[in-house]
Amino acid sequence: MSSAPPAIRCRSLAKRYKDVIAVDGIDLDVPSGECFGLLGPNGAGKTTTVEMIEGLVAPDGGEVEVLGLCWERDAIALRERMGVALQETRLAERLKVVEVIRLFRSFYSEGHDVEEILDVVELGEKRDAWVEKLSGGQRQRLAIACALVGNPDILFLDEPTTGLDPQSRRQLWDVIEQFKSRGGTVVLTTHYMEEAERLCEHVAVMDHGKVIALGSPRELIASLGADHVIEFALGDGAPSLPESVLAALPGVEAVRHDGPRYTLTAAEPHCVIPALMVELERRGVAMTELLTHQASLEDLFLSLTGRHLRDT
Amino acid sequence: MSGSLRRYLDPLRELTLARFREQLRQPEVLFWVFAFPVLLALALGLAFRNRPAETIHVAVESGPGAEALLDDLQATGGFAASVVSPEVAQEELRTGQVALVVVPGDSLVYRFDPTRSDSRLARLATDNALQRAEGREDVRVTRDRLVTQRGARYIDFLIPGLLGLNLMSTGMWGCGYSVVDARRRKLMKRLLASPMRRSQYLLSFISARLILLLPEVVVLLGFAAAVFGVPVRGSVLSLGVVALLGAMCFAGMGLLTASRAQTAEAVSGLMNLVMLPMWVLSGVFFSSSRFPAAMQPFIRALPLTALNDALRGVMIEGASLGALAVPLAICALWGGASFALALRVFRWH
Repeated sequence: MSSAPPAIRCRSLAKRYKDVIAVDGIDLDVPSGECFGLLGPNGAGKTTTVEMIEGLVAPDGGEVEVLGLCWERDAIALRERMGVALQETRLAERLKVVEVIRLFRSFYSEGHDVEEILDVVELGEKRDAWVEKLSGGQRQRLAIACALVGNPDILFLDEPTTGLDPQSRRQLWDVIEQFKSRGGTVVLTTHYMEEAERLCEHVAVMDHGKVIALGSPRELIASLGADHVIEFALGDGAPSLPESVLAALPGVEAVRHDGPRYTLTAAEPHCVIPALMVELERRGVAMTELLTHQASLEDLFLSLTGRHLRDT
Repeated sequence: MSGSLRRYLDPLRELTLARFREQLRQPEVLFWVFAFPVLLALALGLAFRNRPAETIHVAVESGPGAEALLDDLQATGGFAASVVSPEVAQEELRTGQVALVVVPGDSLVYRFDPTRSDSRLARLATDNALQRAEGREDVRVTRDRLVTQRGARYIDFLIPGLLGLNLMSTGMWGCGYSVVDARRRKLMKRLLASPMRRSQYLLSFISARLILLLPEVVVLLGFAAAVFGVPVRGSVLSLGVVALLGAMCFAGMGLLTASRAQTAEAVSGLMNLVMLPMWVLSGVFFSSSRFPAAMQPFIRALPLTALNDALRGVMIEGASLGALAVPLAICALWGGASFALALRVFRWH
């Protein structure tokens, strides 16, 4: 990492809502110019963390520094330099797209030309459409346009692609990559692993208000010990297989099972699968499903918490 | 204009425009602001128009001499009288079909409800007609000279009240509802994450009200002048100042009412709680002097009462602003205090 001061520095950041500890003392350093991802299931504390960094929620404890400034002293200067897209903000329904962007532009002393931003987010054709007529993807691009129009140094995106179709998602990724390519820093929360793997240099995986893993997506996946995952299921009523038997198969690094479904982590699936078939044959058990994929952050979360990201 | 002032006013102008556009683009808002008060004025103006002197409805109980009394009344004119059985007469009086029952006999008996003003009028007119028919002579010569004056009719009383009512409703709803809506959609939170100042946000509600105020006043008063010939006796400038102060007062109260509420239901309930007593007490449809004396200090202190008094002062009596200092001060106090309190307790998230 470079010696430039970090874009964001948090120390022992904490927030509690009544009886619930939303954020439980976390430390984060986000280097300038990179995209940093906060990953985790709903309720993990991602949004609270981001909103404390954005100066929208006052922390109960700890420190936040953004671009070397802090909220108590430099709030206005900080707001001039950051762009924000909150989770599910519904902007004024009966304003035109261009009117909304112009409104946000007026708040910043310096920034982009409104028409230029319309092109960046590819909303030129919808320039004069009312916000209420926009699709989900177009609304998100408008939200990002409002975040970009003040020419920020740092961009905060809270679940920017949740609920979008793959094409809209890719369009948004392009916009974020463009911003990064001009040297901007991005903080992104998501529960899509694919998104984090594509956009982020570093990710922090959060669960129950704590950071449970921190590193580059590649490093984190590598920490699983192998980069392939084999999932299979047995027919109803089949006797369960002892984990020790599976672990003894050649090249298997880890075994996990949940009812009739088994997950193996392995470096070389082409060695494991034939041996697995022989073992099942010998026991007279039928397989009903077999999948293999490259290990992802999703698998990392599963191995760290025993839970899937999306159904927690 | 200095740079920093422009930096302050640019966002204020854009916020104001945004608010103004949003309102104009909602047909229901236009209806409540412009069409509703006009329709209300039209309906009430027609219902309570001054009618030619009314026919007096009288029942004569059947019995000896009843027919003669009927003849006397009919000969006088202005009466709709009939001879009916005592039971029917009683029923007609009870249900208000007649104002008075005449019971024939050696001494005439008038049966009526003294709390009904039309009955008291009918008693006087009937007695007068019957006494004259029996030969009473008036001791002095009198003549009637009839005048019906603009400015003294019900509609002239009503229009300033409706204007006050409208300034209250649009001020309260226009500011209060938008605040809660922005809070609910997290738009307010998003705005706060930008360098926008909180004062710009709150002032934009006031300035958007100002833009809407002029057409609002002109439409209602123009309609009243064109259709009912309702005059504005005082200066237009005075009227403008009173309307402006009223609008500001209720914009402040709207912001205060909405300063904590998080849902549309909560703010609607609060709005009604604030406005309903003034609908009834503040002399919109009838004079607030009809309420008991003990309530008057309270009623006088309500902002809508003060605004209505000031509007009537300008429109009906042609009063100068100096003469209206007390009601204007009451409005200013309510508005200023509400705005200051709203700033302190406002929930920004």
